Amino acid sequence: MSGDHHHEPSFIRKYVFSVDHKVIGVQYGITALSFLFLGFCLMMLMRWQLAYPGEKMPYIGNIFGEAAMPGGVMLPEFYNSLGAMHGTIMIFLGVVPLLVGAFGNYVMPLQIGAPDMAFPKLNMMSYWVYFVGGVVMITSFFVPGGAANSGWTSYPPLSDIATAGQTWWLFGMVCLITSSLLGSVNFIVTIIQLRVEGLTMFRLPFFVWAQLITSFLLLLAFPPLEAAGVLQLMDRLAGTSFFLPEGLVVSGVLQTQISGGGSPLLWQHLFWFLAHPEVYVLILPALGIVAEVIANNTRKPLWGYRAMIYSTIFLGFMSFIVWAHHMFMTGMGTKISAFFATTTMIISIPSVVILTALVISLYQGAIRFTVPMLFALAFLPMFAIGGLTGLPLGLPAADIHLHDTYYVIGHFHYVVAPGTIFAIFAGIYFWYPKVTGRMLNSTLGYIHFFFSFIFINIVFMPMFWQGMAGVSRRLYNQTVYAHGDAVQSLTVMSSWGAWMLGLAQIPFIINFFISRFAGKKVSNNPWHATTLEWLAPSPPPHGNFETVPVVYRGPYEYSVPGASEDFNPQHVTTEACSSVS
Amino acid sequence: MSDAHADVSKHVKAYIAVFATLAVLTIITVWASTWHLSHPMAIAVALAIASVKATLVAMIFMHLKWEKAGNIWFVIVLTVFFFVVLVSIPALMHSDRPLGTVFSSWG
Amino acid sequence: MSAEVLPYTIKPHPVTGLYNGKFGVWLFLASEVMLFGALFSTYIFLRIGAPETGPAAWPSGEETHLSWKIGGLNTLILILSSVTMVLAWVQFKMDNFGKGRLYLAITAILAIAFVAIKFKFEYAHKFHMDIVPSTSVFFAIYYTMTGLHALHIIGGVVVICYFIGPGAKLWDQNREYYTNRIECTGLYWHFVDLVWIFLFPILYLL
Repeated sequence: MSGDHHHEPSFIRKYVFSVDHKVIGVQYGITALSFLFLGFCLMMLMRWQLAYPGEKMPYIGNIFGEAAMPGGVMLPEFYNSLGAMHGTIMIFLGVVPLLVGAFGNYVMPLQIGAPDMAFPKLNMMSYWVYFVGGVVMITSFFVPGGAANSGWTSYPPLSDIATAGQTWWLFGMVCLITSSLLGSVNFIVTIIQLRVEGLTMFRLPFFVWAQLITSFLLLLAFPPLEAAGVLQLMDRLAGTSFFLPEGLVVSGVLQTQISGGGSPLLWQHLFWFLAHPEVYVLILPALGIVAEVIANNTRKPLWGYRAMIYSTIFLGFMSFIVWAHHMFMTGMGTKISAFFATTTMIISIPSVVILTALVISLYQGAIRFTVPMLFALAFLPMFAIGGLTGLPLGLPAADIHLHDTYYVIGHFHYVVAPGTIFAIFAGIYFWYPKVTGRMLNSTLGYIHFFFSFIFINIVFMPMFWQGMAGVSRRLYNQTVYAHGDAVQSLTVMSSWGAWMLGLAQIPFIINFFISRFAGKKVSNNPWHATTLEWLAPSPPPHGNFETVPVVYRGPYEYSVPGASEDFNPQHVTTEACSSVS
Repeated sequence: MSDAHADVSKHVKAYIAVFATLAVLTIITVWASTWHLSHPMAIAVALAIASVKATLVAMIFMHLKWEKAGNIWFVIVLTVFFFVVLVSIPALMHSDRPLGTVFSSWG
Repeated sequence: MSAEVLPYTIKPHPVTGLYNGKFGVWLFLASEVMLFGALFSTYIFLRIGAPETGPAAWPSGEETHLSWKIGGLNTLILILSSVTMVLAWVQFKMDNFGKGRLYLAITAILAIAFVAIKFKFEYAHKFHMDIVPSTSVFFAIYYTMTGLHALHIIGGVVVICYFIGPGAKLWDQNREYYTNRIECTGLYWHFVDLVWIFLFPILYLL
C-alpha cells in the first residue's frame, strides 16, 4: 500500500466521511442495493394483495400493525403507500444511485485515469445528502397516516390533500434532487477536466460517455422538479393553490378554504419535464455497462462506437422534448399531442441505433459466456421488448386504450427491471474483482442468472395481456370488475413469479458477501480488458494509479491483427503491443 | 482569468459604467410602467429592459465578454435552449384554446 | 489531502482554459437557471390562465400591495453589491488584500440590507395586512419566488462572510487559490443579482 509514507486517516475519515471516490462509490453501492432490496420487498407484499385480494397474509401478516393490515389483511391506503414508495425507492433511491452514484463514482474516474473526482468534498456531501433523503423516506412509513400514497408521480390535487407522509416524501425528494445535482456537476467537471494525457473524447470508453450525457440530463432536468416540489410544499404547508383549481370538490365537498387559480396540469408538466429525461438516466449508464461487458467478452471492438456516441448525444437532447407523451389523456389538445407523438417516434431511432450496434458487435465475436456477459446478453432482448412496447404508448390513439393499464407497467418494467437491473448485475459481476480483488463465484452466478431470467419474464410478460384486457394499474382488487376477474389467473402467475424471483436473489446475496472473503484472488486485469481501470491495482489504493498513465489508443482494441495478445490496453505503446514475447 | 486580461485594473472603469447604466435602466423601467401602455406592450418593454440589464451583468460582471472557454459557452447555449423549452410550457396549454378560458374549461 | 494531487484545482486546464471550480460553478448556475426557469414558467402559466375579471383576476398596480419604491431601492442595492463584489476580486487580483476584504465586507453589508428591507418592510408589512401566500395565486408565486431568491442571498452572505473571516487564511497559503474562490463566489453573486433583475419588473411593475 502507498499509505506508508503519509499519515493514515482515522477510521471515520477513511470509511464513513471519506472523500475518496472509491469509498463513496462503495457506500452508494451498498446503500442503494439495500434500498433496491427494500423496494423489492414492498412489491412482494403488494403482489399478495393482488393475487389473493382480501385474504390474510400468511406468516408475516401480523407484523405491520392494525393501522396498516388489521387481522393480516392489507388496507387500501397501505397498498397505495406501498405502490408509491416502491416506485420512489426503486428509481430515486435504488437504480439511479447505483448507476450514477456507485458505478459512475467508482469506475468513471478510474477509466479516465484520474486520481479522484474533481470535487472530493462535494462528492462526500452528495452521498450524505442522498443518505438523509433515504432516511426521510424510510421515516415517512412511521408517521400517522403512513408514507406517501399518491403514486410515485404524486399528482395533485390528490397529493395536495394527502396525509402527512406526502410532506415527508417532498422533503426526501428535495434532498435526493440536491444530491443528484451536486453529483452531476462533479461528474461533468471530472470527465471534461481530469482525463489523462492522450485520452481524447473519442478514446473514452462508452460508459464514460453515457455518464457524461446522463449528468447533463440530471443537471438540467432535475431543477424543475425541485421547483415543483417546493411549490407542492407551499401548497401543503402554506395553503397556496398552485395545483388546485377553483371550485375543487373533494369527496363531494366543495373546497372553499383554498383560493384556487392553479392547475394540476402544471405539476404534470414540471414533473414529466424531469421524469422523461429520468428514463434515459435509468437506461444510458446501463447501456454503458453493457457496452463495456460486451466488448470485453466478444474480444472484439464495439461495432459503430462513434455512431453510438452520436446517438447518445442526440438521445439526451431529444429526451427534453418528449415529456408530454405521458399526458395525452389530460386533454392537452390534438396539435400538441401530434407534436409530442412525433418527437417520441424520433427518439426511438437513436435507441434502436445503439441497440443494433450492440447486437452487431456480437457478430463473429469469440464470445466468452461469463456471468456478466450472460446478464449483458439478456439485457439486449429484454430492453428491446421494453422499448418496442413503448411505441404504442407514444401514439395518442393507441394510448387512449393502454394509458394507465398494466400494459404501461409491463412496458417500463421491461426497460428497468430485466433491462437496467440486469445491466447493474452485469456491472457488479464485472467490476467486483476490481473493487475487492476477488472474483464472485460463477456457479452461484449462473444459478442467479438463469432463475432470475426465467422468473422476471413470468412476472412482467402477463402484464401486457392484463393491460390489453383493460386492467388499471392502480387497482387494489381487480376481481371486483368482470374484465379484471377474467384475467386474475395472470395476476396470480405474476405474483408467484415475483416471489420466486425473490428466492432467485438468495444465491447472489450469499455470493456477494462470502466472495468478499472467500472468493478467488485475482490479478489487476482478470478479464483481459483494455480500459484504464484494469491498470490500477485491485483494489486501487488512495490516488488510484502508481504513476499517471498515458493513453495511446481507443478503448476497445481487442484482437488487433499482428498484436501479441488479443487485447491492447489503452496505456500500452504500439511497440509494446506488437513485440512478440 | 487568463493572462490575456491579467491587467484587470483596466476593467474597473467598465464596471463603474455598467453600474451607472444598470441604475439608469432601473429608473427607466419604473418610469415606463407609468406610461399606461397596453398590457402586451408594457410586458415587452419591461422584459426588453430586463434582458439588456441581464446581458450587461453576464457579459461584464461575469466576464463573459472576455471568456474564451468554449465549454462555458456550450453550457450557456444548452441551458438557454432548455430554458426556452421550459418557459414555453404555458404556451402548450393554449394551443387549442383561447386565453383566459384555459382553467375554467377544465373545471 | 487529495486536493494537492488533483490537477487543475488552481491552474487552468491548458485545453479548456478553465480551473475545475470555475467550470463547476457555471454548471451549477446552469441548474439554477432551470430551477428559476420552472418558477418563471409557473408565473406565466398562472398569469395567462387567470380570468380577465373577477376576484381571481391577476392583480396590477395598487392591487398588488407591492411598492415599486422599496423594490427599486432593493434593485439598486443589489446592483451596487454586484459592483463591489467584482471590485473585491479586482483588488485580490492586484494583490491588495486589505482593500479586497473591505469591498467584500461592503458587499455583505449591502446584501444584509437587502434581506432586512425585504423582511422588515415587505414581508412583515404584508403579514400585518393579512396578506399571506394563500391569499391568491399572485401572492403565492410572489412569496415563493422572492423567498427562494432571499434564501439564495442569505446563502451568498454566508459564503462571503466565510471568505472575510475564517476562509481568509487561504490567502496566506495560496493567493491564486483564494482569488479563484472569490471569482466563483462572484459568479454566483452576479447570477443572484441577475435573477432579481427579472423578478423586480414581473412582480412589482407589471
